[in-house]
Amino acid sequence: MTDFVPENTEELARIVASAAADREPLEILGNGTKRTMGRPVTARHTLSTSSLRGVTLYEPEELVLTARAGTPLSQIETLLAEHNQQLAFEPPHWGEQTIGGIVATGLSGPRRIQAGAVRDHLLGFSAVNGRGEIFKSGGRVVKNVTGYDLSKLMTGSFGTLAVLSGVTLKVLPRPEARATLVLKGKTARQATTLFREALAMPLDITGAAWVPSFSGESVAALRLEGFADSVADRAASLQRSFGVSIAGSEFDDFWTQLRDVAFLDSAPCLWRVSVPPGSGADLLDGMNTPNALLDWGGGLAWLEAPNENPQAEKLRALTARSGGHATLLRAGAELRARLDVFQPQPAALAALTGRVKDSFDPLRILNPGRMYPGI
Amino acid sequence: MKTMSVDRETLNRRVEIAAALRRILPLESVIDDAIALAPYETDAFTAYRQPPMIVALPASTEEVAAVLAYCHEHNVKIVPRGAGTSLSGGSIGLADGVTLGLAKLNRILKIDLENRCVVAHPGVTNLGISNAVASDGFYYAPDPSSQLACTIGGNVAENSGGVHCLKYGLTTNNVLGVEVVLMTGEIVRLGGAHLDPDGYDLLGAMVGSEGLLGVVTEVTVRILPKPQHARAMLIGFASVEAAGECVAQVIAQGIIPAGMEMMDRASIHAAEAFVHAGYPLDVEALLIAELDGPMVEIDRGIARVQDIARATGATCCYVSTNEDERLKFWAGRKAAFPAVACITPDYYCMDGTIPRKRLPEVLRKIEDMSRQHGLQVANVFHAGDGNLHPLILFDANKPGELEAAERFGDDILRLCVEVGGVLTGEHGVGIEKRDLMPVMFSETDLDQQMRLKCAFDEKHLLNPGKVFPNLKRCAELGRMHVHRGQMRFANLPRF
Repeated sequence: MTDFVPENTEELARIVASAAADREPLEILGNGTKRTMGRPVTARHTLSTSSLRGVTLYEPEELVLTARAGTPLSQIETLLAEHNQQLAFEPPHWGEQTIGGIVATGLSGPRRIQAGAVRDHLLGFSAVNGRGEIFKSGGRVVKNVTGYDLSKLMTGSFGTLAVLSGVTLKVLPRPEARATLVLKGKTARQATTLFREALAMPLDITGAAWVPSFSGESVAALRLEGFADSVADRAASLQRSFGVSIAGSEFDDFWTQLRDVAFLDSAPCLWRVSVPPGSGADLLDGMNTPNALLDWGGGLAWLEAPNENPQAEKLRALTARSGGHATLLRAGAELRARLDVFQPQPAALAALTGRVKDSFDPLRILNPGRMYPGI
Repeated sequence: MKTMSVDRETLNRRVEIAAALRRILPLESVIDDAIALAPYETDAFTAYRQPPMIVALPASTEEVAAVLAYCHEHNVKIVPRGAGTSLSGGSIGLADGVTLGLAKLNRILKIDLENRCVVAHPGVTNLGISNAVASDGFYYAPDPSSQLACTIGGNVAENSGGVHCLKYGLTTNNVLGVEVVLMTGEIVRLGGAHLDPDGYDLLGAMVGSEGLLGVVTEVTVRILPKPQHARAMLIGFASVEAAGECVAQVIAQGIIPAGMEMMDRASIHAAEAFVHAGYPLDVEALLIAELDGPMVEIDRGIARVQDIARATGATCCYVSTNEDERLKFWAGRKAAFPAVACITPDYYCMDGTIPRKRLPEVLRKIEDMSRQHGLQVANVFHAGDGNLHPLILFDANKPGELEAAERFGDDILRLCVEVGGVLTGEHGVGIEKRDLMPVMFSETDLDQQMRLKCAFDEKHLLNPGKVFPNLKRCAELGRMHVHRGQMRFANLPRF
C-alpha cells in the first residue's frame, strides 16, 4: 500500500502510466475531505494531488484564475477576496478541500440558480487520463467552442475519468450589498409556491431556500445581491408582492450554513436530490422526514433518510417519478457499498457511461467503482 | 483544405439506400433527385458546396432512430442539419452520406412555467422559443444573430452564443436537458427540468459537439424572466486601443453589461450606410453597451460606464432614452454582416476569442496582416468576452482571392491562439477550422477527444470530416502502448 503524492504533472503522469502497466487501481484524492462520498473504492494505493499547489495565473481584470489541482480552496477564495472577487458558484466549505476536489465532485451552493454551477465556471483544465497521458481541454477565455467541452464531463466525474492537474476558472466580482428576505412559519409547499412566483420576476434572486427550523421556526428565505441601491429597490418589490420581511442580523450566517448543509450536520445518512423545482415539496411530503431542507427554489433537496433499504427505494422511486436523481452523499462505507450511491441509469445510458469511462480510462484504474460498479 | 474521400461502394448502393429509407419514412420525406438536393449543398459557410447523396426528413424521434439504426447497420454516413445556418460548414453534406434534416421536428412540446423551462423539438427556431413565452414575461437568453432562422437543435450542436451571452451565458449554460438518438438508434435522455447532471455530464459534452456524437431530438431550455428595463449606450473613440481599454476597465470594475460590442471604422461606415442607425462617422471605434435590470441599477451602471469612458478618452457618448432608440443603437451592429456584404462581393467571417487585454495588440497585427495579404478587413467584436469577428473582404471571382482570404484567416486564428485565446468562440470548428485544430491541441489532446467520439459513434458515421483533421480509427485509438515490465510499479517513488 503506497500513498503517492506527485510534485508535478509529469510525475503524476508517470505514476498513472506505471499503475496502468501493472493494472493497479488507484484511489484518487486531493486532501481526502470527500473520501466518504461515492461508493468505496477498492485500491491498494492512493494518489493525491495535494502537492500540486499554487495559483499559476490570476488576472482579476480578465476575470480568470488558473490553479494547480491541489491548491486549497481557502487559498483561492482568500486571494479572490483581496481583489473583491469570488467563485460565484459558492462551493461548500467542508474542511481543507482542494480546488481539484471541488471540480471533481461538482458541488455548487445556493447561488447556482442565478450564477450557474461549477461546470459553468470551469473554462479549461489539464489532467492525466487512465493511460498516463497528459492532456488539456478548453482554455482561459469564456467564449470557446473549439473541440468537445470536456470541462463539463470532468466536472462531477469523481476522479473516475482522469486525474485533474490544473483548472482554469471564471471568477466574478463580489456583490457590493446583500439582503435576505424571509417568510416564517411556512411549509415546504408554501415556500415553493413563493419561490415559483418570486423567481418568475426579473429580480435576479441569488438564493431561494426553505429550512424547517431556524431560530425556532421554519423559514423561507430569498437572497438579493448587487449594487446597494439595486438591492434595496428589488427588496422593496419582493416586500410589496409577497409580504416578506427583511431579515435581521440573526440571518447573517444563514446562507453560509445552507451552503455547507450545516443544518443537517448530524445526519448520519444524508441524501442530495436534484429535482425539477416544482417537485421539491412533493418529495419532502412523500418522504415525511423532519430532517430535510430545500435549496435552489425547490430544485435541490437535502434530506436524512433512515439507512434501511425500503426508504432508499422509496426515495429513488419518488425522485424518478418527478424526473431527477438522488445521491447518497454521506453514509457509512458499508451502506455505500451496498446501496446505489448514484441514481441507477437506464440500460442504454449505463452502457454509454461505461464506454465514456473506457475512453478515458480503458483499464479502469482511476477510482474504479466510485460512481457505479466498475466505474 | 483536404476534401473527404468518397466511398464508391456506398455511392453504388445509392438506389438501394434510398429505397430502404423510403420503407422507414413517408415517400416524400426522402429526397434523392439532383434538383431537390440542391438546397442542401451548403450552409452559411458558402465557400464550400457539396450536395448530399440523399436527404432524409424524419418527423419523430422514432423515425430518427430507425434511420440511424439502418445507417449504422449498413455503414452509411449521416450529416445532421437544422436550418443550415452554420458559419463553419457544420451541416454541409457528404457525396456519400445522408443529410438528416430535422426541420419536420418543429413543435414546442411543453411550456413549463412552474419549472421555468421549455421543452421543444430541435427544429424550433431560437426566436420561436422566446416568442412562445413572451406573453408570460419570459425569454430564452442566448441570441445568435441568426435567431430568426437558426434552430435550437443547431444551437445545441454548435453551443451558439450571441450578443447577450456576456451576462447570460452560451447555449451550454442555458440548456437543461436533451433527448439524443445515438448512431446505433438507441435513445437516451440526458438531464431534464432539474439542474444537476445524473452521473457524467454527458449533456455538457453533447452541447457544442457539432453533430458528431448523436442526433438531438428534443431540447429542454431554461427560460428567464425578461429584465424590467434595458438601455443602450453608444460610445465613440479616436482609437481602437482606447475603446479596448474602456472595455477592460468596465469589466475590471465589476460591471457585467448585458452586452458590450465593438465595431471598427470600416464596419461603422458600412453599417451606417446600410441601416442609418445614427452612428458617429468621425470615430475609429464604437462601443455599444447595454445595461439591464431595475432602473436604479441601470442608472448607476450607466453613470459608471460614462465615467470610465471619459477617463479612457471617449470622444462621444449617447444613452438611449427610449426603446426605439435602444433598438436603433443595436440595428447597426445586428446588421453588420449584411452591411459589410454590401461593400464587398464576398467576405470571410472569423471567430477567434482572445483575452480582452490583448485586443489592441491583436488589432494592430490584424492591420499588418491585412496589408501583407492585400485584403481589407472590417472588425466586429463581442468585446466584453473577447470574441472577435474580423470580416475579410474579397472577391471570389478574382483568381486566388478566396485562397488569400483563407490564408489571412488562418493567420488571424493562429494569432488568437498565440496570445492565449482559441480558434472559435461561437461558430464552431466544422470544416472551416478543422485543419487548424493542431494549432491549439496536441495529438494527445485530440486523441482523447476522438476517443470520446468513439464512445458515442464507434464507426465514425456521424458527421465525419468535421472538427477533426485526421479521424483515427477507434481500434487504433483504443490500443494501449504500455508494456508490462518496461515500467514497473516497483520503480515508482514512494512516500
